[in-house]
Amino acid sequence: MPEKRINVGIIGPGNIGTDLMYKILKYSKYMNLKMIVGIYATSDGLKIADKLGVQNSSEGIDALLEDKSIKIAFDATTASAHFKNAKLLKEAGIRAIDLTPAAIGPYVCPVVDIAAHVDAPNINLMTCGAQATVPIVAAIGSVTKVPYAEIVATISSKSAGPGTRQNIDEFTQTTARALEKVGKAEKGKAIIILNPAEPPILMRNTIYTAVKEQKKDEIIAAVNKMVEKVKEYVSGYRLRVPPIFDDEKVTTMIEVEGAGEYLPKYSGNLDIETSAALAVGDLIARRMLGKEA
Amino acid sequence: MKSNRKFVRIVDNTMRDGSHAVRHQFTVEDVTAIASALDDAGVPAIEISHGDGLAGHSFQYGFARCSDEEKITAVKKAAKKAKVSVLLLPGIGTRENLQKAVECGAQIARIATHCTEADISEQHIKLSKDMGLEVFGLLMMSHMEPPAKLLEQAKLYESYGADAVYLMDSAGAMVPDAARARVSALKNGLKIQVGFHAHNNLGLGIGNTLAAVDEGATIVDACVCGLGGGAGNAQEEVLVAALDRAGYETGIDLYKIMTVAEEVVTPRMTRPQIIDKAALALGYSGVYSSFLLHTYRAAERFKVAPLDILMELGKMRTVGGQEDLIIDVAYKLANKK
Repeated sequence: MPEKRINVGIIGPGNIGTDLMYKILKYSKYMNLKMIVGIYATSDGLKIADKLGVQNSSEGIDALLEDKSIKIAFDATTASAHFKNAKLLKEAGIRAIDLTPAAIGPYVCPVVDIAAHVDAPNINLMTCGAQATVPIVAAIGSVTKVPYAEIVATISSKSAGPGTRQNIDEFTQTTARALEKVGKAEKGKAIIILNPAEPPILMRNTIYTAVKEQKKDEIIAAVNKMVEKVKEYVSGYRLRVPPIFDDEKVTTMIEVEGAGEYLPKYSGNLDIETSAALAVGDLIARRMLGKEA
Repeated sequence: MKSNRKFVRIVDNTMRDGSHAVRHQFTVEDVTAIASALDDAGVPAIEISHGDGLAGHSFQYGFARCSDEEKITAVKKAAKKAKVSVLLLPGIGTRENLQKAVECGAQIARIATHCTEADISEQHIKLSKDMGLEVFGLLMMSHMEPPAKLLEQAKLYESYGADAVYLMDSAGAMVPDAARARVSALKNGLKIQVGFHAHNNLGLGIGNTLAAVDEGATIVDACVCGLGGGAGNAQEEVLVAALDRAGYETGIDLYKIMTVAEEVVTPRMTRPQIIDKAALALGYSGVYSSFLLHTYRAAERFKVAPLDILMELGKMRTVGGQEDLIIDVAYKLANKK
């Protein structure tokens, strides 16, 4: 029923864009994927789009801008490309959901702060590390003040594309800011590690928080509740080590297994980004259609 | 100078890798005293940073007593002739940290990645070159990959503009033949210099360094009193003597560096730098040397044996920087009981 859906497009047919294409086609309730655009005619993502019957172009963002029916665009390119794309999309009145670490719009995590930003012209989905860890920091922060949060994201080398590799500082900086802005830690720090082990490891995240008060039972309950909430849109999100308490430090570990649709299961880091994009996209589309939750 | 002897440049790591051995508790006073003494002994380059590189100050790696900036400034002030080096691991530190380090006086940037991930260092190497630094690319845990793979990765560093590529035996897991094969592959395949960084977990810190030099490595790391992660690094005063006997020139005064060891560094050590069974296990199972003290702490916290943790970490093919996995493994072992 396309008339009851919002037309959307994807810019960037790389791993993330292609995975998102699958997810929108399969799961979206309020979006109609109108088009996916790239800049290389030979890209695998565009070939897959052909197979799936999704309109596609190698003319880049221009092709997407020509289609006036598109209301939401997902940008799965790179931070530097998004700086240009963001401007063009804004001028065209198209809502941007940014999966790069460009960090132009407000930082958004679907289970923490989407409500405050649902009408923003540009939504910044931070980084995979932030999507995986900010919910836990926010959960602990709902119990007691968090003066400092530090996260370590370990991902398999195979799941780190050239974008991540060339912009690794942007990853750590954007993730650290996300811990502060969305997780509400007074100070955030992020570390990323690539591990080349074969078979590839699942994405692992360690969240260290310094807390004002050791309210153990409340912290454990808040973390468990949050894990369930994230699981609603990221099925492979799970607690690997429940909160461990040492003096003012709380250590929690999360593992993210990918859904294994387009990308392999070890790419939980990509899965959590595209899952967040799908969740946020559907929320905005539903609002555009005038259907309040 | 005895002109016909080949020069080997020693980069002192006493206060950087050695930082692990004192749980990153060196003070500005310590750093000033050690750097002055090293400089006076003729050490050509002195590295100063958190043990895990700039911005390593963290729950994950341990909070340092003093900031990187304070310590770099102090070393720069103390070093009249020696160049000041800093270490940065992309993913932990950022370009911003490098810029601050340069403002404090850093002259050499050493950018380290796991030995299969050199391509995450491009932005840091290029920035360091742009700032006029001497730049080395460091391939960590290089026992894990064969020489051909290491050469492929080393060439990436070279293409980004590095002045030298280092093979880091971060786990102290190499034997001399392994060091030789790796150095030789890089020496033959690169136009730039090759460096070597040893750990003493198998008792081969000096032996491997001599083997590397014999194959053409021209820059090597060492720590006074052998300080460092795991069983420590190549012991600097011993290396100076051994290189001299092997016919190489280091420019370092042997008597003075021996005195630095006894009078300046030894009084500042908090534990003996020996090959205990856990340190040996690091080398034997190929685990990152700076995991040692974190493993002792986790073993105590979760009431499990340090050896069990290390053997498990070895099986998991962990890489440098994954200190959180120590807690994970210790927790799992404790809950299996």
